[in-house]
Amino acid sequence: MSGDTPEPGHRPLPEDSMPTGGVNAPVPVAAEATPAVDPRLIVRQEGLKGYLIEFKRRLTSGELGSAPVVVALIVIWAVFGSLNSSFLSAQNLSNLSQQIVGTGMIALGVVFVLLLGEIDLSVGSVSGLCAAIFAVMNVTHGVNQWVALLSAVAGGALVGLVQGLFFAKVGVPAFVVTLAGNLGWNGLMLQILGASGTVNLSGKDIVSRLYSTIYGQQIAAYGMAAAGVVLFLGSSLLDTRRRKAAGVPYRTLTDVLVRTAALAVVGFLVAYTLNQYKGLPLALLVFVVFVVVLEFVLRRTPYGRKVFALGGNIEGARRAGINVSLVRITVFMICSTMAAIGGLFLAAQIQSASQTSGGGNLLMNAIAAAVIGGTSLFGGRGSTWSALLGALVIGSIQSGMNIQGLSNAIQFMITGAVLLAAVVIDSLARRTQKSAGRA
Amino acid sequence: MTGETVLALRGISKRFGAVQALTGIELEVRAGEVVALVGDNGAGKSTLVKTIAGVNQPDEGVIEWEGRPVAIHRPQDAQHLGIATVYQDLALCDNLDVVGNLFLGRELKQFGLVLDEVGMEKRSRQLLDSLSIRIPSVRIPIASLSGGQRQVVAIARALIGSPKVVILDEPTAALGVEQTAQVLDLVERLRDQRLGVILISHNMADVMAVADTVAVLRLGRNNGVFDKRSTNQEQIISAITGATDNAVTRRQARGEGGER
Repeated sequence: MSGDTPEPGHRPLPEDSMPTGGVNAPVPVAAEATPAVDPRLIVRQEGLKGYLIEFKRRLTSGELGSAPVVVALIVIWAVFGSLNSSFLSAQNLSNLSQQIVGTGMIALGVVFVLLLGEIDLSVGSVSGLCAAIFAVMNVTHGVNQWVALLSAVAGGALVGLVQGLFFAKVGVPAFVVTLAGNLGWNGLMLQILGASGTVNLSGKDIVSRLYSTIYGQQIAAYGMAAAGVVLFLGSSLLDTRRRKAAGVPYRTLTDVLVRTAALAVVGFLVAYTLNQYKGLPLALLVFVVFVVVLEFVLRRTPYGRKVFALGGNIEGARRAGINVSLVRITVFMICSTMAAIGGLFLAAQIQSASQTSGGGNLLMNAIAAAVIGGTSLFGGRGSTWSALLGALVIGSIQSGMNIQGLSNAIQFMITGAVLLAAVVIDSLARRTQKSAGRA
Repeated sequence: MTGETVLALRGISKRFGAVQALTGIELEVRAGEVVALVGDNGAGKSTLVKTIAGVNQPDEGVIEWEGRPVAIHRPQDAQHLGIATVYQDLALCDNLDVVGNLFLGRELKQFGLVLDEVGMEKRSRQLLDSLSIRIPSVRIPIASLSGGQRQVVAIARALIGSPKVVILDEPTAALGVEQTAQVLDLVERLRDQRLGVILISHNMADVMAVADTVAVLRLGRNNGVFDKRSTNQEQIISAITGATDNAVTRRQARGEGGER
């Protein structure tokens, strides 16, 4: 949140804005000191140099944001790329972009819960449960695929409602409610799957197609990248114009252009890589749309503001008239719904819903992805982009290990170490923020 | 200088189990008046404030708002009437910026759905300017502000809803010399804007600096209402400690009450 809109130069305040007051109005300190800018004040300089100074100041004061995960990603890719050239091939990276979607979707929901400073340990089981709901309805009972899809997602929302009610209304710690859920929903999934234990998807259903569709035309990937860049540039310019009109600090044109250029480089690089192989996977596109939309919800809507407020100071939020229970319940519903969606993508990936769906280390990977990506475990700080970045880190490690032919044993240890490193960074950053007066 | 009575408490009593926290409290707040509420620990200041703010309900007595008796069941009721309370712990969200905190719970919206960040930032600056509050930027998180700056932000937040009475609970308790002066300036600016202010403080210097009227509570009862111009610190302190609990001061206090 901090400094999202840095001030390009501190503008002096108009003298006449001061209250005139009565005869005995003392008007002391303020009057003579009008626009004297506090020398301790940090005002970002304009231009590229200002960027670098601001960036450095943020790093040293512990506002790391996504910087560590980006560094980690570069290191991981460099290491695996040097070990085996096929890691950085268009084919592997394209596959990777599809494989991270399931875990990433679940991690998106986890980000919301983490922002409250809570945890949801049931996401793995819920993802398996909802995949089973879809598979059994669509395949075993021949229900319309859309109805089955909506039922699965609604099932996720319902799970969230139940857990949220227990947490927000009854007051059971989220940790315990969702731990019980982890077990209970897994049992329900086994019940639904029945004796056979595995239901294979038809391969032609909506969920399978969502995962496996790849737009082969060159224009698809480039077009999406271009659309994203144009959208970003347009909204930035619009924002600048509104801010100018309102007389509040705004980003300069160079500022906007530099950001747009950075986005364009990343966007077109991804598009180029994808086009080198089969093209733009629909799953990736859906995932990015979810990330952008949910980020918008968090940053630009009153609801998102409430989520952050609860993560910052529950008592303060309550006194500000925020319905704390409602926000908590809806956040758990969002989390479980995203778990359901992630579960569907995971089922599509292996073309079946089975007794092992949602098990294994999926739960830990999803939470790890959110935390590795830079969302704080302590609540109130984070972004949906951390789900994407974190899922990418975990996916990259798994993919690289597989290419190297390393066993699960080594994979688990490395992923565990990365998660520990992420939490250590989070804790250290928090401590630095405190000493730098930013937490 | 002071106008008509905005808020009046008539015979407010409150019990907590076996403890009689408040007994027959009378208090009046006029527009453009700073009423200091003083008393030792356990005198009932906090209980009284919570009653006005709607956190507690009185067992007996009437709260009058602009001459009409009103019922304040919830904090929201008090806010709707126009009573804003700044608690001692400020209740700010450290991770949100100044604008986010000022408008928390009553954000401005565009299209009924999206936050109007530009509009809120503009109004925040206007509000802070009108109170001569100096903040490095309205876009930095509360965590990076000093104690005094947080206090003024909390007070400014209370003013977003255009209240008529502002209750400040120990606003200078944790502040240094300079910051205390800034907050006291702010209190005087609130008075100049024709707001009624209830200031709770242990600090006699602060009370004597800004209050128009000093209401003393002792053991849950009124122990004198003093006009600042015709009193001195010793008199108030003796009322707080009870050293003057004799016929003369009681008579004097009655005389003060009769003037209204």
